[in-house]
Amino acid sequence: MSAVTTSFPRTPQAWVLPYRGKVAMAALIIAESAIFTIFVVAYLFYAGKSVTGPTPSEVLETPIFYTICLLSSSLFIHFAGKSLARNERGIFLILWLITIALGGLFLYGTGQEWHRLIYERGLTISTNLFGTTYYSLVGLHAFHVTAGLFMLSIVAIFAIAGRVGVEQSARVEVLSMYWHFVDAVWVVVFTVVYILGR
Amino acid sequence: MSSDAMAVPNVQVDGRPWVETLHEWLTTVDHKRLGILYIVYALFFLVVGGIEAAVLRIQLMRPENDFVSPQVFNRMFTMHGTTMIFFVAMPVLFGFANYLVPLMIGARDMAFPRLNAFSFWLTALGGILLYFSFLGGNGLYGAGTAPDVGWWAYAPLTARAFSPGHSSDYWTIALLVSGFGSIGTAINIIATILCMRCPGMTLNRMPLLAWLNMTMSGMVLIALTPLSAAQIMLLIDRYLGGHFFDTQAGGSAVMWMHFFWIFGHPEVYILIIPCFAFMSEIVPVFSRKPIFGYPVMVGATVCIAFVSMSVWAHHMFTVGMNSYVNSFFTISSMVVGIPTGIKIFNWIGTMWGGRIQFKTPMLFCIGFLFQFLIAGLTGIMLAAAPFDWQLSLSYFVVAHFHYVIVGGILFALFGAFYYWYPKITGRMMSETLGKWHFWLFVIGFHMTFDVMHFPGLLGMPRRIYTYQPDRGWGTMNLIITIGAFIQGIAILVFVWNLIVSYWKGARAGNDPWDAWTLEWSVSSPPPVYNFASIPVVESRRPLWDLKHPEDPDSLYE
Repeated sequence: MSAVTTSFPRTPQAWVLPYRGKVAMAALIIAESAIFTIFVVAYLFYAGKSVTGPTPSEVLETPIFYTICLLSSSLFIHFAGKSLARNERGIFLILWLITIALGGLFLYGTGQEWHRLIYERGLTISTNLFGTTYYSLVGLHAFHVTAGLFMLSIVAIFAIAGRVGVEQSARVEVLSMYWHFVDAVWVVVFTVVYILGR
Repeated sequence: MSSDAMAVPNVQVDGRPWVETLHEWLTTVDHKRLGILYIVYALFFLVVGGIEAAVLRIQLMRPENDFVSPQVFNRMFTMHGTTMIFFVAMPVLFGFANYLVPLMIGARDMAFPRLNAFSFWLTALGGILLYFSFLGGNGLYGAGTAPDVGWWAYAPLTARAFSPGHSSDYWTIALLVSGFGSIGTAINIIATILCMRCPGMTLNRMPLLAWLNMTMSGMVLIALTPLSAAQIMLLIDRYLGGHFFDTQAGGSAVMWMHFFWIFGHPEVYILIIPCFAFMSEIVPVFSRKPIFGYPVMVGATVCIAFVSMSVWAHHMFTVGMNSYVNSFFTISSMVVGIPTGIKIFNWIGTMWGGRIQFKTPMLFCIGFLFQFLIAGLTGIMLAAAPFDWQLSLSYFVVAHFHYVIVGGILFALFGAFYYWYPKITGRMMSETLGKWHFWLFVIGFHMTFDVMHFPGLLGMPRRIYTYQPDRGWGTMNLIITIGAFIQGIAILVFVWNLIVSYWKGARAGNDPWDAWTLEWSVSSPPPVYNFASIPVVESRRPLWDLKHPEDPDSLYE
């Protein structure tokens, strides 16, 4: 077909499509939400069905302080992104490091609680159904926090090296989306484990 | 510009060391090469899964046969099911999506080429892990210890006590790994379609193939992830002593069923929707008419995607749910018939009054139309809970879903192979061999799967190792097995056609079918960068507009 060419006649004036990073992260968040949904459903379905103790009401302590740490980190990463968009690199780096510190503090809190549950209360993943569902749901979330911290730290290293500027703003926003998601999941996990599950 | 001018400056394979070519293929991030890798990988496993099916059929050919041991029989049906779904159907459909979507929307590659390569190699690793279980399933001393828990792997069969060794672990990890690969590809397809379309290609003008693959990818995100979650739970149970599916500690085996089928039923639509996409591209071209009811087609697809998320428990009527749940899942399952029926009418509407060309791709599509209709009708029968109580776990069910997967998915896939082979290789496939393939396969298919309904109605359970002569199932099973071998011969004709046409086929040129979508505007095979200059489109059929500037589609849309 010699008549076939790839030069099409009229060009539209403006052709703007969404940024692929944001779309992909949104898709990843949808997929991750489905995974968490299954674990949450399992937690709720199995709540109170343990044959032996300990039960949630006996051993769980509500981690208010560490929850505040994680949720407030969402604010810091939001403003970090805003300042990077204005190319205020110093403020960006400070806010970014605070976000990492708060996330790290949250992970420390989870570790401390697990240590207490395992060594003082004798609750492990194989003790009973509560242990199985608790450690897998909270652990799945902690794994996502860890992955997030790892990615945030890479950005921090580049930022300290002076390599993160306004031109990376869109990409940093993608990471920020992920971090917000991790925080939002904690709201669900917190509600399910520490409020409904008790 | 003519596409000859933008062909790759003569990449000669024979002039270079083969290691270099191999290295290029192993490290490629080009969507076309990855698409071909997916397809070749799937074809290899199609042969493997086919051999497993042949073993099953020889065993069941006559009563009280002992061609293989019961243990091997269990492994064969487990591996056959797992292989065909996860390592044939999924990769081959992703392969076509990978190859075609960027070309059809006027993009130079997928949105994330390296993620694309990563996803493919994850899928490849999954298949290798699954088959490594033959060697490693019992540790060093065991051989022939593939998974034998069925492709649903119902609890508590997968518990340590009932499934010692590592065969179930290989099954779990293989599916988990390939599942992550599928999620990566799904994210990639969605990002590609939403962010990489060429100027003028609004969502309303996208080829239906792009629309349907985007819907499929959305379903992968929501429906495949529950399986991943369930596999993680199973691993926790098996390795960390968890109790998710351990009934003695208060866990629930039925929970696994729910989690599996929340994935399992949408999975059928994940597989069939890309086949609807092939139908929607091939039928118009060979009917010489634009697709009938484009917006309705898109709407029906999205509708199927939504409804299919709420039908899973029709696989579990015999478990014993209350009558409200049974009624809900009966009704929701039957509702799927409505959008699917719309699609069938639209394809018929496309063919109606068209100048139909009975080339091989079109023959397979027409076969699809009839067979998928029958598959849908037995599906509606099985959706009725009381009917299902009678026939669940019988050969009637086996016949039903093979009618969908072979009569529907595989036929549409064969159509796609014959239709896009010229684009991928630059050579036409042989029409003569294609017709032999089609007719042999149709005869074999109907001998096997039409007849298979009847032993099911007479009470032959699925996954049965053998049966007594006085049951009266012998003759029918013999016919089924003969049909299976005719299908095997047809597949050999097809593979022969694929190989021979690569060297001996007639040169295809850019546009052998006089088609209308963008992939036919570039050379065959397309250059690495797809489009020398990014095209601009003004209608759903950009090539029609170019060929008929006096009467372009854009005037009517």
